[in-house]
Amino acid sequence: MTILLFGVTKDIVGSPSLSIPTASITGRSVPKTVKDLRIFLGKAYPELSKLSSLAVAVNNSYAQDDQKINSYDEIALIPPVSGG
Amino acid sequence: MSYSGRYIRQTKLLSFGIDNQSKLSANKILIVGLGGLGLPIAQYLNAMGIGTLGLMDQDVVELHNLQRQILYSEDDIGKSKLKVVKEKLQGQNSNTVFKCYDTFLTKANALAIIKEFDVVVDATDNFAARYLINDACVILEKPFVYGALHGFEGQVSVFNYKKGPTYRCLFPEMPSIDEIPNCDDNGVLGVLPGIIGTLQALEVVKVITGVGEVLSGKLLLYDGLTQATQKMNFPANAINQNIKMLQDDYGFTGCEIIPTIHPEDFLALTNRETIILIDVRNPEEFDANHLDGAVNIPLSELTNAIDKIDFDKDVYLLCQSGKRSRIALNQLLAERPKSSIYHISGGMNEMASLCL
Repeated sequence: MTILLFGVTKDIVGSPSLSIPTASITGRSVPKTVKDLRIFLGKAYPELSKLSSLAVAVNNSYAQDDQKINSYDEIALIPPVSGG
Repeated sequence: MSYSGRYIRQTKLLSFGIDNQSKLSANKILIVGLGGLGLPIAQYLNAMGIGTLGLMDQDVVELHNLQRQILYSEDDIGKSKLKVVKEKLQGQNSNTVFKCYDTFLTKANALAIIKEFDVVVDATDNFAARYLINDACVILEKPFVYGALHGFEGQVSVFNYKKGPTYRCLFPEMPSIDEIPNCDDNGVLGVLPGIIGTLQALEVVKVITGVGEVLSGKLLLYDGLTQATQKMNFPANAINQNIKMLQDDYGFTGCEIIPTIHPEDFLALTNRETIILIDVRNPEEFDANHLDGAVNIPLSELTNAIDKIDFDKDVYLLCQSGKRSRIALNQLLAERPKSSIYHISGGMNEMASLCL
């Protein structure tokens, strides 16, 4: 599953996108919902879980935490940005 | 100057016409902030024949503004942005009525000022102002056109348009000051605010005239590095549309009141012996390079070391990029609110380019 990164999330991860496993080979759980994804990413990148507001888009629509995700979905992390 | 002749290039557009030109001249638009975003918005709306333009800013023009705030020239350095903009825009279009506000938007003045306008444009550079604009616009039922930058990226949307989603429907909670860097600390390429600002100006015209499709319920994401744009749809959340009063506190009301000094100004200080310069980086970073006279107190130890700092002197805080020094500033101001404490924007990164 490819995740597009915007704003400070790009700086935190250090690249414009991120690939995460969708099938478990090792028996580790893989994210099935937006909430799972937030937890998964928060463990890998603790700075991400510190953001007060972080929108997750699935297929170009704002997604609630209970929304299911799969490997075909296009996902984006969209934090607020402040510059002017 | 005949009205029809002046605007003929847009009135002859079949889907625009004279009727929409009349709508522009009948509308009152408030532009909050006359920086990188605000200037192209003001210039284009003024050129196109907006009836009344509200202009709000309290800054003066500084040298480091010129790489992106292209209405200002070298002669304007040190002058009030508001005065310079008004003068230049009056010369550009003498038909426009200007309402000038020599202030920043605050909790105390937001509702009274915004009430006077039909559309508000958020051209600010900080979250406190953006959330304040949102809440005031929701209370007063005014649409607002949002634009913001981060590095090579920009965001544009129209909030609160015909009961559509608000800024809080997208980002419910205001980020704390240390979560997301601002342009002072993070940098911005000169042309980016021009791109995002002109997109905002276009949305203002669409909101006023109804031409095309207003970017309501959609967040436009622009990436200058790849020229890619994306649109994310987002729904309204009724909780955010029912704001009845402003919050008690919006935290810092902006970059403006954060006591910041730019590296070139710091280096020009002549009273070095009567100040304290605290470098809040880690000892390893400090050992690698530091300014003469700097005292090293890492950010993590700062609050414990507070009694060792002589607050009778002016205290300057320095780090690598300006991010930690700003956090340090908040920590020290929380403990010693009446002291003279400044953070040096851009930190050693910018300092090095000036010293070498």
